Amino acid sequence: MKYAGLLVLPAGFFLTIAALVLFPDPVRRSVFVLCGLAIEGLGLGVAIRGHILPRGESQP
Amino acid sequence: MNPLIPTAPAAGMSEPVFALTFVLLMLSPLAIAGVALTNTGLGRSRSAAQAMLGNLAVVAVAGVVFAVFGAALAGEPSGAGHAFHLAGKSWNWVGSGGFLSHSLTPTPNSSFNAGQLGTLFEFLAVALAALIPWGSGADRLRLAAGCAAAAVLAGIVFPFIAHWTWGGGWLAQLGTSFGLGAGFLDVSGAASVHVAGGLSALAVVWIAGPRKGKFPKEGFSTAMPGHNAVYVLLGCLVSLVGWLAWNAAGAILWLHAPLGALPATAVNTALSAGMALVATAFVTRFRFGKPDASMCANGWLAGLVASSACAALITPIESLFIGLVAGVATPLLIELLELAVSIDDPSGAITVHAVAGIWGLVAAGLFAAQTGQLLAQLVGIAALLGVVLPAVYLLFFLLNRVVPFRVEADGERIGMDLHELGGGAYPEFVLHRDESYR
Repeated sequence: MKYAGLLVLPAGFFLTIAALVLFPDPVRRSVFVLCGLAIEGLGLGVAIRGHILPRGESQP
Repeated sequence: MNPLIPTAPAAGMSEPVFALTFVLLMLSPLAIAGVALTNTGLGRSRSAAQAMLGNLAVVAVAGVVFAVFGAALAGEPSGAGHAFHLAGKSWNWVGSGGFLSHSLTPTPNSSFNAGQLGTLFEFLAVALAALIPWGSGADRLRLAAGCAAAAVLAGIVFPFIAHWTWGGGWLAQLGTSFGLGAGFLDVSGAASVHVAGGLSALAVVWIAGPRKGKFPKEGFSTAMPGHNAVYVLLGCLVSLVGWLAWNAAGAILWLHAPLGALPATAVNTALSAGMALVATAFVTRFRFGKPDASMCANGWLAGLVASSACAALITPIESLFIGLVAGVATPLLIELLELAVSIDDPSGAITVHAVAGIWGLVAAGLFAAQTGQLLAQLVGIAALLGVVLPAVYLLFFLLNRVVPFRVEADGERIGMDLHELGGGAYPEFVLHRDESYR
């Protein structure tokens, strides 16, 4: 799951870039940039959750 | 709104401005010294010598690798770079400077070239960026692994971000390409140094894992307080001098600010740090009954980091607000990361550098005078999270296969000093059995 989260991060970035290229309208562009950041937040959350260790372990 | 708006760089620099910027840059390593002291103080006494030697070694390796290799990828500030074309726009993604710091070679007719000062700025910034993950890996990260990670950061990761933000790269061009304010603003390294360093720290912590006994099978995580609060707090004071110089030098180099804007930049830097410390002291007083010295130090540093992005762009009132948010968020996030998601970050670098850096970048967009600046800042943050974090994690993951990050169990038990150096930082101390092993 930790690797899936890390793979979602670039997906959010590419959505941000797509927003810049595809939408000259500032409102739509802003909304899609925020969506890209939200996806990155989701990916980061999944990656963090995937790295949580069961109690008692000290190494991944 | 602050009237200071980035302007196009002048062709050359006047001699007094060149000299002042050079002197400021000569003071900025005090920020590196301060962070090194804080890192060492927040670790354990049995790893103190290894931690301090590691600080020096990491700075040395990062400087050498960047000078030999990384500076070529970073390119000269506002210099040429490699670009591709997409959707009718030019995307300048990597610099095309000369290897072995060719741009710094003096010529008989050397003028006062701002580009040389820019390269010097990057040379110092990479040392600080490389120091950040070393603090997070305290008490279990091997010296060789710390140096190897610093080499990767200085040779590959940092140069790309430095080019994107300071070298006329695609983030810096968001203003001209897409009409987003003045493009992505990273005045004194909030993105290139602190967010990149903080995300690298997260990758190091994930790969190396927590210290033995930090998260026992039952109950809360074990408290492993830093061994020397004086080092930690002295490091904060030393850092202030370095940050004042760094923010002023960054304002001259990357914002082309007039000298008259420097006093406000310095005041904003100090106000942000001061307000953050006061806010952290209140929060820890409320949470634990008494102010926590190491948390207050982290709050102070978080205020300084947040000011790195925007000290030259904001008013004193705005800097107080930025410090307040950084100071309230820092202790809460450090506690959350440790208790809720099992992240063992002895120096608190992930919160202090990555989160506070991102907050500073957002604040620069919120308080800047130009339309679209906030969107430019958000795109820059998206690049840091979406490209830099996965790239650093992948590079460190591969590096860990070649140079294992984590010390052997015996080394962790007897301490990094004895295991890696054969002698301790405090030979007259009586060593106690570690009570945290359960």
